[in-house]
Amino acid sequence: MEFFNVAVLVKNKYGVLNRVTSMFRRRQFNIVSLNVSETETPEFSRITVKAEGDVSEKQQLINQLYKLPDVKSIKELAEDAILSEVLLIKIQNDPAYRGEVLDAASAFGAKPVDYNHDAIVLQLTETSRKIDDFISFLQAYNIMEICRSGVVSLERGESVLRVNSYL
Amino acid sequence: MLLSGADIVVRTLIDQGCDVVFGYPGGQILNVYDSLYKYQNELTHVLAAHEQGAAHAADGYARVTGRPGVVIATSGPGATNLVTGIATAFMDSVPMVAITGNVPSTQVGTDSFQEIDITGVTLPITKHNYFVSDVRELQDTIREAFELAMSGRPGPVLIDVPKDIQIAKCEYEPKAPVVTEERKAAKEIRIRQAAEIINKAQRPFIYFGGGAITSDAADEIIALADKLDAPMGCSFMGLSAIPTAHPRFLGMQGMHGHYASSMGMHRSDCIIALGNRFNDRVTGNKAKFAKGAQIVQIDVDGAELGKNIPVAVGLRGDLKKTLEALLPLIEEKTNPDWQSELAGFKKEEIEALDQRQGLTPRRAILALNRFLGPNTPVSTDVGQHQMWAGQYTELKTKRRFISSGGLGTMGFGMGASIGAAFGTRERSVLVTGDGSFGMTLQEMATAVSYKVPLVIFLMNNGVLGMVRQWQTLFYDQHYSNTILDRKTDFVQLARAFGADGAKASTLEELEDALQQAFSTDGPFLIDCAIDKDEFVLPMLPPGGSMDDIITRIGD
Repeated sequence: MEFFNVAVLVKNKYGVLNRVTSMFRRRQFNIVSLNVSETETPEFSRITVKAEGDVSEKQQLINQLYKLPDVKSIKELAEDAILSEVLLIKIQNDPAYRGEVLDAASAFGAKPVDYNHDAIVLQLTETSRKIDDFISFLQAYNIMEICRSGVVSLERGESVLRVNSYL
Repeated sequence: MLLSGADIVVRTLIDQGCDVVFGYPGGQILNVYDSLYKYQNELTHVLAAHEQGAAHAADGYARVTGRPGVVIATSGPGATNLVTGIATAFMDSVPMVAITGNVPSTQVGTDSFQEIDITGVTLPITKHNYFVSDVRELQDTIREAFELAMSGRPGPVLIDVPKDIQIAKCEYEPKAPVVTEERKAAKEIRIRQAAEIINKAQRPFIYFGGGAITSDAADEIIALADKLDAPMGCSFMGLSAIPTAHPRFLGMQGMHGHYASSMGMHRSDCIIALGNRFNDRVTGNKAKFAKGAQIVQIDVDGAELGKNIPVAVGLRGDLKKTLEALLPLIEEKTNPDWQSELAGFKKEEIEALDQRQGLTPRRAILALNRFLGPNTPVSTDVGQHQMWAGQYTELKTKRRFISSGGLGTMGFGMGASIGAAFGTRERSVLVTGDGSFGMTLQEMATAVSYKVPLVIFLMNNGVLGMVRQWQTLFYDQHYSNTILDRKTDFVQLARAFGADGAKASTLEELEDALQQAFSTDGPFLIDCAIDKDEFVLPMLPPGGSMDDIITRIGD
């Protein structure tokens, strides 16, 4: 089992996400994170999937995705692509460790976006790996709730995801 | 002109060149049926007894004509009854357009009467499907569906039309039938790579599948075989692509494939795979499959290249056009050693051939062969009879062997053989078994209503023979739920439907029954008695390799 990231350019209409994720399900790939957003072209949206599965089956998955009429292009994202995720984490605001939490936040580059007597909400935009590290560090404190956005990604340089005439 | 959505559905079908559609009416498709009434002089609707039968009929029609079969059903159960038919077409890459009614848009999502999310249900068994939410998009959606069904690797497409969209009106201009984008040949570099490998082969083997029929590539395949002095075998789906009597043709592959064909592919040093997917029924144990062979695979669907078996070179492109480009690069040769090895396999096959006299499965199919015209479509159901038909039916013309290969749908045959009759305007033959026939025999009513010249060749052994065969070989003869022993009198049943029939328990009686069947105008059923312990041989045990092939029982 391995992790990989793919970006899928699709028609921006209802039901398309279902068609795409259904292909992952049918081939028993677990979707670890998922992001759907509109793109520079209103008629297309971009689905970014981080998935876990048998790497030998990965190409078959991509081949099958290409056969969906609503799929316009697919790219597997290389390790050096810009991969970014947003974390919101809510921690109990306890005077006993408040200072340590805020120190860690500043070390990781996270910022408090909500602060009251009961809880602190921190926001961090980073790679999945850094976010994992941050969460793991905060495990020592009372984490009340976590929400992550799913990975968004662009390739470096001038390379872009455009409609591909595969067929 | 201003037309209702329902009229647009029917007019667009007519504009596409449809002459016959199959279906069954119901509440949420009533408007379309009203339009079918209005346009009945331009488009024939065949009323089935069950939506599944209508779907299989559309499938059979598509397989014999190469044009999309159209099936129409209502919402809810009407739509779900199509599912097996759509899945059958999907697995065998058959072009089909299914049109379903649905509850009015305002009621969608409220679990109203006969509402079902059929686009959700059919998501994994269609090439694509549509829920039409605007009458102005209806015409283009149907046209797009026809294009998708036919383009690349063909397959079924479903269009779900809510009732309010059938009622709503909009401007309609007739348009010429959609032209499917031309399939292209594979890339030149791949063709050169393929030629290089093929030219080095000493034991080449040509293995073609259903793609050979879709792409109409028989002439090119035979030319390649002649140039290479190579034998040809095919997958079950490839049957009828070339005449079965062709001297280089060794027969079908698969779990019950011809011995010489399977051995030839097993021993080959270069398998040229043309429009097939190396299904598990063909490969058996993949690790042991044709280990000495380099594989060159051509398929219009790039996702099939190397999907089941690793290939030396995969060529994505239209089979006919790719072969046209490949042929000039192929060096003419003879392979006397290879041919004599193959001759040995053929001799072994003939020695193992079932030579028993009397009403054996082989003799039964051979008797049927004598009545088949060059254009007679032969459909089957699924089970032992299907394999016997695949092994022994003499096929002269492409698109004349109609069988559910991928999904293995028992009950496929009645609908399919009716559809094949409408598609060919020929007398249609169905080879079936008592198990399969029992699943959809209500379509006898359809065959009688439309006076379909249909010969139902029922190989009746009173058991579910194929499952029984497995139980005999692999389940200690525990015949769990496979002994039917029903009291049905099939000849009386045929008469009850308004057809006719005859029993045959000897070869002589079978001859007489066939004589009668092939001179009857409407459907005629032959209840042909087959022993319950007949085996389909040879048999490649599941997960086995050619070393494990069973050619005789009791040795």
